[in-house]
Amino acid sequence: MSAVLESLLREEVSVVAAVRWVARFGVKAPPARPGATTLSRCPGRPRGAGSPGRALSDPNLEEFPSRRLGAPPGPQGEKQPAAGRSRLKEGVVFGDRNVRKPVATLSRTKPSRRINPTPVSEERSLSKPKTCFTSPPISCVPSSQPSALDTSPWGLGLPPGCRSLQEERAMLRKERSKQLQQSPTPTCPTPELGPLIPSRTGSLAAEAADPARVSSRKRLEVVALVYSSCIAENLVPNLFLELFFVLQLLTVRRMVAAKDSDLEPSQDSLESPLFQSIHDCVFFAVQVLEHQFQVLSYLDKGTLKLLAENERLMCFSPALQGRLRAAYEGSVAKVSPTMTPSAQAVSFQPETDNRANFSSDRAFHTFKKQRDVFYEVLREWEDRHEEPGWDFEKGLGSRIRAMMSQLSAACSHSHFVRLFQKQLLQMCQSPGGAASSVLGEAPDVLNMLGADKLGRLRRLQERLAAPPSSGGPCPPPTFPGCQGFFKDFILSASSFQFNQHLMDSLSLKIQELNGLPLPQHEPGDEDGESDVDWQGERRQFAAVLLSLRLLAKFLGFVAFLPYRGPEPPPSRELQDSIVALRSQVPPVLDVRALLQQGLQAHRAVLTVPWLVEFLSFADHIVPLLDYYRSVFTVLLRLYRSLVLSQEGEGEMCFLNKLLLLAVLGWLFQIPTVPEDFFFLEECQVDAFEVDTAASEHGLDSVPVVDQQLLYTCCPYIGELRKLLASWVSGSSGRSGGFVRKITPTTTTSLGAQLPPSSQGLQAQLAQAFFHNQPPSLRRTVEFVAERIGSNCVKHIKATLVADLVRQAESLLQEYRVAQGQEGGDPAQLLEILCSQLCPSGAHALAQGREFCQRKSPGAVRALLPEETPAAVLSSAESIAVGLATEKACAWLSANITALIRREVKAAVSRTLRAQGPEPAARGERRGCSRACEHHAPLPSHLISEIKISPCSLQDVLSLAVGPRDPDEGVSPEHLEQLLGQLRQTLRCRQFLCPPAEQHLAKCSVELASLLVADQIPILAAPHRLERGQARRLLLMLLSLWKEDFQGPIPLQLLLSPRNVGLLADTRWGLWDLLLFLLRELVEKGLMDRMEIETCLGSLHETPWPGDFPEELATLSRLFLAELHLPEPQLRACELVQPSRGTVLAQS
Amino acid sequence: MILTKAQYDEIAQCLISVPPTRQSLRKLKQRFPSQSQATLLSIFSQEYQKHIKRTHSKHHTSEAIESYYQRYLDGVVKNGAAPVLLELANEVEYAPSLMARIVLERYLQERDETPPSKSVINSMLRDPSQIPDGVLANQVYQCIVNDCCYGPLVDCIKHAIGHEHEVLLRDLLLEKNLSFLDEDQLRAKGYDKTPDFILQVPVAVEGHIIHWIESKASFGDECSHHAYLHDQFWSYWNRFGPGLVIYWYGFIQELDCNRERGILLKACFPTDIVTLCHSTA
Repeated sequence: MSAVLESLLREEVSVVAAVRWVARFGVKAPPARPGATTLSRCPGRPRGAGSPGRALSDPNLEEFPSRRLGAPPGPQGEKQPAAGRSRLKEGVVFGDRNVRKPVATLSRTKPSRRINPTPVSEERSLSKPKTCFTSPPISCVPSSQPSALDTSPWGLGLPPGCRSLQEERAMLRKERSKQLQQSPTPTCPTPELGPLIPSRTGSLAAEAADPARVSSRKRLEVVALVYSSCIAENLVPNLFLELFFVLQLLTVRRMVAAKDSDLEPSQDSLESPLFQSIHDCVFFAVQVLEHQFQVLSYLDKGTLKLLAENERLMCFSPALQGRLRAAYEGSVAKVSPTMTPSAQAVSFQPETDNRANFSSDRAFHTFKKQRDVFYEVLREWEDRHEEPGWDFEKGLGSRIRAMMSQLSAACSHSHFVRLFQKQLLQMCQSPGGAASSVLGEAPDVLNMLGADKLGRLRRLQERLAAPPSSGGPCPPPTFPGCQGFFKDFILSASSFQFNQHLMDSLSLKIQELNGLPLPQHEPGDEDGESDVDWQGERRQFAAVLLSLRLLAKFLGFVAFLPYRGPEPPPSRELQDSIVALRSQVPPVLDVRALLQQGLQAHRAVLTVPWLVEFLSFADHIVPLLDYYRSVFTVLLRLYRSLVLSQEGEGEMCFLNKLLLLAVLGWLFQIPTVPEDFFFLEECQVDAFEVDTAASEHGLDSVPVVDQQLLYTCCPYIGELRKLLASWVSGSSGRSGGFVRKITPTTTTSLGAQLPPSSQGLQAQLAQAFFHNQPPSLRRTVEFVAERIGSNCVKHIKATLVADLVRQAESLLQEYRVAQGQEGGDPAQLLEILCSQLCPSGAHALAQGREFCQRKSPGAVRALLPEETPAAVLSSAESIAVGLATEKACAWLSANITALIRREVKAAVSRTLRAQGPEPAARGERRGCSRACEHHAPLPSHLISEIKISPCSLQDVLSLAVGPRDPDEGVSPEHLEQLLGQLRQTLRCRQFLCPPAEQHLAKCSVELASLLVADQIPILAAPHRLERGQARRLLLMLLSLWKEDFQGPIPLQLLLSPRNVGLLADTRWGLWDLLLFLLRELVEKGLMDRMEIETCLGSLHETPWPGDFPEELATLSRLFLAELHLPEPQLRACELVQPSRGTVLAQS
Repeated sequence: MILTKAQYDEIAQCLISVPPTRQSLRKLKQRFPSQSQATLLSIFSQEYQKHIKRTHSKHHTSEAIESYYQRYLDGVVKNGAAPVLLELANEVEYAPSLMARIVLERYLQERDETPPSKSVINSMLRDPSQIPDGVLANQVYQCIVNDCCYGPLVDCIKHAIGHEHEVLLRDLLLEKNLSFLDEDQLRAKGYDKTPDFILQVPVAVEGHIIHWIESKASFGDECSHHAYLHDQFWSYWNRFGPGLVIYWYGFIQELDCNRERGILLKACFPTDIVTLCHSTA
């Protein structure tokens, strides 16, 4: 395999060529040229439109239409049908040195399309046969290929759907019997093809796949790697199509054996087919899935579950299974089908609809009637369009045309178009209606039943003889649900004036929505409350995007309607003349300019999806026109540039990219887009700079797309899930899966509407309230609710949460005082604090509610017209209050605990970083006095800076602690001066930061200890401080501690074993100074008695030399005794310590 | 007062070929004692109108007119005080008021030698004393007061009943503190279709949202309901969304089938009204 790759490179074969080879898995040529390694490409996606009959005439395609995995050498090969030979002609010959330009060969080769299976279902009986052929690479169910093609562009004048249904069924039966005749063994229907072909059909039991039986593991790994790289670099036209193929390989049921299946495949030889067994298929698939894990992890929860539960995957890569399982458990991407609410009419607004807006009474009354006819037609369609045999044109066509003929005046047309467009948006875009109407199918039954029951469903499914999927991974553009009414209305009306007015109106609305200044997320705002705004933005974005897609789809439909035909022009000359003719027709909407603007403004995520909808209705000539060709080229470049693995600042968000890749990939599969466009247009991705260098924050870098929106816009991604689900349904009963959590299966959403709950009724009433009010009322109320809700969260954060943080700080302080300086484990501290404070978060909801109630009505009143009736006003106010409260409370109840936690955590770490609790915790932090001119010595200076003369605290301390030179020392005056400076510094708070203050406090305590132990080296003889001087300095320190320090002072250090040990070292025995200091500390309230007692008590635990413990015990006793006798401390001192008393006398 | 289709059919069956007189009505009341008089009258009136519509043309052929006029003249010549015209109407199964109109029209044509204008006839029917011939005036008057389905008197009564119920409904709305726009206000604003009341703030009745209320002081039978749906109710729905119709004299139960679609029928002012809560937050 590596040899192949080398040769590929040597032959200057581009990666694209490689991927296409890989993607299509060449069929080996007949052994006509022994030695030459020939890989012919099979037309993986046969151009259905060109050869509608092929699918039926060639039974091979039935089983495995698109990707053939090996060709039979030997007699079978020689009998290859003409189709096969033509394939060979097109084929690329790899490894043959004589072929110099494989790229060119490849380029000429048309990338083939997949066949779209026509589902034999009632749903299809009503929609028109699709003229577009894209479909799963391996057909799922035998013989559901399209039978006959309708030649009319949109199925106008078709026989009623039921007839085609009958036809399809008949053909299905015929085809089945044909198959049975052709192949006596039903499991082996394709004897002509390669030795073994993966088949997804057949009997229930799937062949087991075994990792140990994989042939040429190395080769498969390399191919998987190349293939995955191509996918990752967007060198494949459609990402999800490739994923679909890979999942098909994963779920291959059995290999269909050819007659010469006993052929010995030689290892690592290009002559052997890539997949020789089911084990190979699964191995390859799992390899690719491992590489594509990132994309997989963004799929919906259901798909992840099915993937993680897939026993083959579990068997081949437990590691991947583990990651998928983790992704599943962490995923919140639930994509839920929603029900379409029944139609609501566009309300009558006097401002735009009353007599004053019409040229004459007649026009006014005509329009009045037309409105009623329109809804009458709509109601009839709602009632009857699902009835078998009902036909839109037959049932309603004449009534619609009669109505349209009355629209004589241009003004009436514009009125009607406005009504039509509003009704379209209302019915097809409403958030509730979006999902199901876009999906255009009944709620996914497979999904609702859950995997366990799928086995039972399978028999039923077989009888229905239709795949559960609706249109494969690349369905053609359709008009699902209500959209069908509007499409058929346009067709039946067949009114040039109406179409023109409609295009004008759609274009205007598209430009309006596309230019809508969607509020942008402020990147700097990392606070949690912006989440509130985000959710609103995401919802708004989704609504705008879905509207745009709907409008653009209809614009595309109407604009290209006159040019649509089932096939491209037959001859080159004809084509040229048509192109010349069409080139001078200006585009209905300047989409190129809008696309460029969108890219420049980093709003591709909004512009591209609707543009794709518009272009999906283009006719065959459109891509040949210079104008549109350039649009397609830009889109292709954009597609190539959207590399998913590139993440970084200014890059587009992952899901935004995924949406664009999905829609663009889908567009490239539309039959009217030239087949070779993707491969011919070797655009320079480098030249496409506009998107990569994000100078400003645009919509693209905001995570506006979520899975719900992705699956709504691209329902075909759901095919992946269906594929996996159908595997579960087919595989044996042991597919319980690891996820044992049983979700109750309900069928409520399938059934009729339940009676609304009182809460639901209130919501409905609120919705209904706006219906007949001017639109500005709704906008106002929503705006007020949105802002007040957001402000409410900010307010709660500034008040309640800030209070809680302050509480946390003081709690922390208390806790640390109780626990001593060391405190405890920060994480543990945080837990304790949070457990105490988080319950207070419950107040947030009440406060939020109160805030919204207080603030909203005034805002609404200020913004609505003075003349608004009182009842309307008060309802508007209460709805605004309700919405704001709902928004704020939803956010608060979900996030308040996390918010408090985060803020408290920040406070704790701030405090701990400052090596102690915030001074604020001890009370109000004092600032400088008013007169302070901030001339005090800088704290840093005091601590250590000045080295010239020993005048900083640090210097004094270091001198005292030593080692020092004999001539070093300080003067008592100097010490006093130093303490004075310290006082100044502490009083001017300008430059003092908590750590500096804490350091100063610590130093001052150390200094006191040195003073007590008489350890300060004095310059002048007798090199010791006088007792009086020492006391004076101690008093200064006490005063500093009492008056000037605002942070905590580690006074307990005075009685730390180390500092007390100084006394023991000197044996000087200056107990009186210590006693004095302790007494003063208690007196000034700096330490309390208990604290000192505790410290003294703990000193006994230290092993002391000689009789020091006894002296210590005496000190303790004295300290305790003195406290009870207020006056005679000194005397007591002297009495107890006669020997030291003499020293005192001497000095 | 809400009748099933079967109940309604039973009543309607009894009304075939019954003259629109007090006596008929009394009999009907005895036959269906559980139904209110107003409901029976309304049904009777509607059924009778259907009957008249079916037979209208045959009474308006020139031969018929001549024959009626001749019989009238013959009758009053015999006995001017006898209820000639009324008995003639009952005999030919035509509404007395309409019979009076035919004869009056014919009389005026003969007297003035030109067909009389509609307004003149209407005016004389409203006030028979204007009729130059005293005998005819009495005869016409007798017809009008004895006709409980047609005639200016009945029209007037119907109008009054309609108005009363609108006022009743208005009072109930005010009492319930539901604010609304009435027909006149809507017309002033330029609405092209105007229900009796549009609620400024919608409410829910029996779980259904309603935006407007239409009062109908009649019984809702199939015929009238379908006409109303086409001309009024759906038009209201098309503009204002779902709404409520009150048929004060009841309706056929089976007609209340558009609730999900947005047309709710009631025979009285609803009791189960849910309003938008003003203190939800």
